[in-house]
Amino acid sequence: MQTQSNQTLEQGVGGLVQDWSADKQTFGVPWGKAMMWIFLLSDTFVFSCFLVGYMVMRMSAVEPWPNASEVFALTIAGHHIPLVLIAIMTFILITSSGTMAMAVNFGYRKDKKKAAILMLVTAVLGLSFVGMQAFEWTKLIEEGVRPWGNPFGATQFGAVFFMVTGFHGLHVSIGVIYLFIVAFKILRGHYEQSGNYEIVEIAGLYWHFVDLVWVFIFALFYLW
Amino acid sequence: MSNQVDSLENEHAVSAEGQQHPISLYLKIWVLLFVLSALSYMVDYMQFQGVIRWVLILVFMALKAGFIIAIFMHMMWERMALITAILIPPLCLLLLIALMGMESRYTFLSRLTFFSST
Repeated sequence: MQTQSNQTLEQGVGGLVQDWSADKQTFGVPWGKAMMWIFLLSDTFVFSCFLVGYMVMRMSAVEPWPNASEVFALTIAGHHIPLVLIAIMTFILITSSGTMAMAVNFGYRKDKKKAAILMLVTAVLGLSFVGMQAFEWTKLIEEGVRPWGNPFGATQFGAVFFMVTGFHGLHVSIGVIYLFIVAFKILRGHYEQSGNYEIVEIAGLYWHFVDLVWVFIFALFYLW
Repeated sequence: MSNQVDSLENEHAVSAEGQQHPISLYLKIWVLLFVLSALSYMVDYMQFQGVIRWVLILVFMALKAGFIIAIFMHMMWERMALITAILIPPLCLLLLIALMGMESRYTFLSRLTFFSST
């Protein structure tokens, strides 16, 4: 009997059938992680609705769609560089994902100081992302972009821009708060007794998801 | 009873060892994501237009999303039950995209027919 339970964890499709038909919980992960995944699945649908709505507006717009490459161009030191701020924001978010992945790793090694510091670095990078987004919003609002119209072309552009980037920015802001809370709890030794640092991975899942959504927004809204 | 304890320990070992990966792996993926982002930015910078632009954007997007989910979110090392539960449902979005694509084409043509300014 004992040897059987050691062999029972099959991989692949066999494991799928086994997990669902076993007379116990299906997902062999901590409940917090399973629930975070399910929340992220639901959030996927929220963002998908926004992006599909964007597709509908853009496909059915009669006026020409504003050229994002020009709208988001910046002049730095006399050079006119298209989309430069968005590119920097993309690199910052990817970097923050990298530091978060390493924080998860150190969390599982119970190296709480390194895990907390890397989480704080991630949160600060997230803050700088939100700051740049605020700068971008300010610039566009000054140029006359509104949810009901803009000087560049199709009126729907503003509505999509504020809705999609606003909702993503809200996710980043919430993620920053979440990371700060977990990092401080780690530093205070809250997880010392149980030695269970799964919370770092759960927070990490959320943060990687925010990065993942930005990949889609960057490709479909800014580059398309 | 001993069986129960044993299976609990077993479960724990799997979930713990499944997430122990060398830091160098994360650094490699990080560099890869940087390169892919730079490439997709170059698509705009070099002003590729038309089908080549759309294909390149979608390919780089899919690659980046795939690496983030598989490596950073550890989906690669999860059990098939979790992978399918999370990754299969979004496929129904393809139907939504197809339906909304048809709908917006119809809206566009109606606008041209009935709301042209001339």
